[in-house]
Amino acid sequence: MLKGGSRDTGKLLMERSVPGRMGVVTPLLDVPLQPMPDASLLRDDLSLPEVSEPEVVQYFTALSQLNFSIDTQFYPLGSCTMKYNPKINDEMAFLPGFAAIHPLQPEEQSQGALELLYRLQEFLGEITGMAGVSLATLAGAHGELAGVLMMRAYHHAQGDTGRTKMAIPDSAHGTNPASAAMAGFDVVSLASDKDGNVDLEALHELAGPDLAGVMITLPSTLGLFDQNIVEVCRIVHEAGGLVYGDGANMNALLGRTKLGDLGFDVIHLNLHKTFSTPHGGGGPGAGPVCCAPILAPYLAAPVVAAGGSNGNGSVGTYSLSSPEQSIGKMSGYHGNFGVLVRAYTYIRTLGDAGIKSISGNAVLNANYLLQALKDIYYLPYDRTCMHEVVLSADWQRARGVSGLDVAKRLLDYGFHAPTMYFPLIVHEALMIEPTEAENRDTLDAFIQALRDINQESFDDPDFVHHAPHTTPVSRLDEAGAARHPDLRWRPEA
Amino acid sequence: MLATLGLTSIDQLFHDIPDEFRNPPLDLPEPLSELEIQRELAGLASKNRALGSGPSFLGAGSYHHFIPSIVKALMTRGEFLTAYTPYQPEVSQGTLQVIYEFQTLISSLFGMEVANAGMYDGATSLAEGVLMACRITRRDRVAVSDTVSPIYLQVIRTYCQAQGVRIEVVRHWEPEVGDDTACLVVQHPNFFGGIEELGEFAELAHGHGALLVVSADPLACGMLNPPGHYSADIVTAEGQPLGIPASYGGPYVGLFTCKEQYIRQMPSRLVGRTVDTQGRTGYVLTLQTREQHIRRERATSNICTNEALYALAATIYLAAMGRQGLKQVAELCYHKAHFAAAEIEALSGYSIPFKRGPFFQEFVVQCPAPPSEINRRLMERNILGGLDISVPPYSDPLPAELDKGMLLCVTEMNSKDDIDALVSGLAEFANA
Amino acid sequence: MSPDDRRYTREHEWAKLDNADSRLVSVGITAFAQDELGDIVYFDLPNAGDSVSYMVKMGEVESVKAVSDLFSPVTGQIEAVNDELVDHPELVNDDPFESGWIMKVVLADLAELETLMSASEYDEYIGSN
Repeated sequence: MLKGGSRDTGKLLMERSVPGRMGVVTPLLDVPLQPMPDASLLRDDLSLPEVSEPEVVQYFTALSQLNFSIDTQFYPLGSCTMKYNPKINDEMAFLPGFAAIHPLQPEEQSQGALELLYRLQEFLGEITGMAGVSLATLAGAHGELAGVLMMRAYHHAQGDTGRTKMAIPDSAHGTNPASAAMAGFDVVSLASDKDGNVDLEALHELAGPDLAGVMITLPSTLGLFDQNIVEVCRIVHEAGGLVYGDGANMNALLGRTKLGDLGFDVIHLNLHKTFSTPHGGGGPGAGPVCCAPILAPYLAAPVVAAGGSNGNGSVGTYSLSSPEQSIGKMSGYHGNFGVLVRAYTYIRTLGDAGIKSISGNAVLNANYLLQALKDIYYLPYDRTCMHEVVLSADWQRARGVSGLDVAKRLLDYGFHAPTMYFPLIVHEALMIEPTEAENRDTLDAFIQALRDINQESFDDPDFVHHAPHTTPVSRLDEAGAARHPDLRWRPEA
Repeated sequence: MLATLGLTSIDQLFHDIPDEFRNPPLDLPEPLSELEIQRELAGLASKNRALGSGPSFLGAGSYHHFIPSIVKALMTRGEFLTAYTPYQPEVSQGTLQVIYEFQTLISSLFGMEVANAGMYDGATSLAEGVLMACRITRRDRVAVSDTVSPIYLQVIRTYCQAQGVRIEVVRHWEPEVGDDTACLVVQHPNFFGGIEELGEFAELAHGHGALLVVSADPLACGMLNPPGHYSADIVTAEGQPLGIPASYGGPYVGLFTCKEQYIRQMPSRLVGRTVDTQGRTGYVLTLQTREQHIRRERATSNICTNEALYALAATIYLAAMGRQGLKQVAELCYHKAHFAAAEIEALSGYSIPFKRGPFFQEFVVQCPAPPSEINRRLMERNILGGLDISVPPYSDPLPAELDKGMLLCVTEMNSKDDIDALVSGLAEFANA
Repeated sequence: MSPDDRRYTREHEWAKLDNADSRLVSVGITAFAQDELGDIVYFDLPNAGDSVSYMVKMGEVESVKAVSDLFSPVTGQIEAVNDELVDHPELVNDDPFESGWIMKVVLADLAELETLMSASEYDEYIGSN
């Protein structure tokens, strides 16, 4: 939809700038003017736009309308858990008693916040079957880094400094090897077997005195529950290693099993996926770390302690503390509190049965899609899937239509694309995660769109190959963008 | 739907989970309705003292600044709020163009050539800046000025613990930099409020082939020369002062800028401008080969989800404030802080130890009584005092004679009445 | 068909003798390799004067969504690197065997070339993959 004048998104802020215009009126100074610092310290080159408040609103609103979003489109982006997040959760995070409190104000003046954090630690420990919880990490990958640093600290504390290898399945998210490398480990790849489980033979070969541990995503990025998981944990433990759990896919397991019971030693949760913070175009998130008792002394600081429980403070009060052998502080303060408030609200409004219904409906929806599409899209692992189904566009590829083309064509049908080309071990992968929040009407319409696109791959593959045809822009020159990076507006020379 | 799968119960879908571990007992409290949870959380929120509920003079990295109402109104639009990372550019131009605007305004604010799409917060942004400097110089010794936030120093240590990097805290008046130093790390204005001599630091670092890494206050750059003016190589910042609520420490957004020659070593996302198949301007994520989803264990960072929504907030804030608004806010902070400092210094028993150097909106006061005690008494008047820096880690770099230090922060949110109330509260302890 | 005036490796590099007297060879990647990579956006290359060794990593090539290691097909010292690739990495997509050359190397041992695959051997190798 074309928009004119100040609602035309073709003009950037600096191109809208008119000298003297302001979007905000600042108050007058109510104290006497003070001597200014030496003029050599002051700048005269500040280049920011000068636009009015209405124009800012019109411009950003027009921009927002160029996006697909959960509120406006079905968004089955695999591995990302793009589900409806109740609006009450946002509203609670914006309460002035939460949004307008300073992280360093005395603990007596933040008891409500500390109590909420303490209870959330307890909830997450219960849901995951883990003894220790730190809420201080700000995203999934941030939690991973803390978790693998804890594994390193644990081994070093045992005097076991020769454990330099971290085994990571070939289907893992890129954050796993990147986090392990930041924690100083050498990454070794762990193969998957023909059923999509960890290859036990390959694991046996790696399980030696130099193995620090493994990083497992459960269910895996293939959308499958690893049938060997208990055995995987046993083999690693027997070799003296530890098992890290990437909780990115926890939406599938809520209330169905506890990772701690299965043998995991340390995990992170993606609160923004599983426990309801809207993704915001790429964050914020929160990646709390939960762990077994042996790793609890190494948790990132701070954690919240209840008064009277460990000797500090009086009963009914809460305080921040640092675990005795903590890996240290991972961020400036106590975690992404606003996200933690949302997760607390979410869990509190669900209870046991509500938590279980999330995983139940998420897995049911994914299997419904699997069943309805496997005759026309190749299904590399023909098993009951968990919260997402990984299909392949290999059959369409033979007709000149790639997974990318199918994904782009879906945009024309008003659906966000699935995740493509991931996991890396599936050719032409289309990873579809419907989530629990979508009803059958939506799923049926999505199935029909994928069936129509398959028909188009016979009738007019070239048309599909050039999709999308109805979006604000068509396919973009990504190679040109990378060859000659234009990363900011500059005045015309 | 179950019937189409030939199943009778949802539980059958979970048969891959071993029986003994399936359906464990779950002990969570009974669920609450929306009405009830509002009540419960309003109760918890009321146990916290909110910044707007009375005069507040606490800063030290998280600041109480004015937030125009359009920031929340625009950032909570569902199309921004409920979109994912813009991996499908054709249907994410809104988010992508916002990030391009963000990169433009942030690089311009710091006088730097390029900015990325944002990091977690100021502390992690600085830690990643340090790691980046080590990669660029292929050196592993890092000199951190003793006036850098002790909190940020802790996070740098955490990030570097497994990288074989040596962290050395150096005196800011005489930093030791050698030919094996990767970078000199300073803060602008520094943790104690002072405005550092960035030009001299740059000369020193560059003379040894090291980089100058600066953690800056974005709002101070509304009036002060930005680090880019002094040839800083990497400039990071806490973006919270730009329209983001204090929110007990997060979510915030880390700002990250550098010289263009170093972009391939940058962490986190970058958005670039390009054209579509019909020649129309559009925006895409670019230089992605730096990132974890492609380069995996050799990526420049493990960061994936960042703080995009708060990068949007900062962009809206900067658009609304504009060139003049930001300068005016910075000057309000400056004048009010200096007025407050002068008033406090006039009280007997109080002194301003670092007053010889210029400062921005924060300053240290040596008090006549323990700062924690003074803060308790101030709170009886519903005044949130400054940070007690007489305790570790804040006291670590301080001289022994500065044993009752309080770090006070005065912003545009503090009226003259607020400042008068603070001064009269402090006066209670004068001559004590 | 790959040109038969040069030799090839299993990592899809080629080496062509420019001057036998000075043992100077040009080095690049094959048409097959550039096609597999897709649009090339960046080269990370060594500098003139650096030494390279047979099948040891000498640099990286990036497409929009992939990074691949480049292995030197020969052992010797780099005489020159193709500066054109800094601004125009797409030259390798457009003309991998001629203007898209990557570097020129003075061989340590001229006989090393003979150990590489001939054009017909290479074509058979990629045909069988």
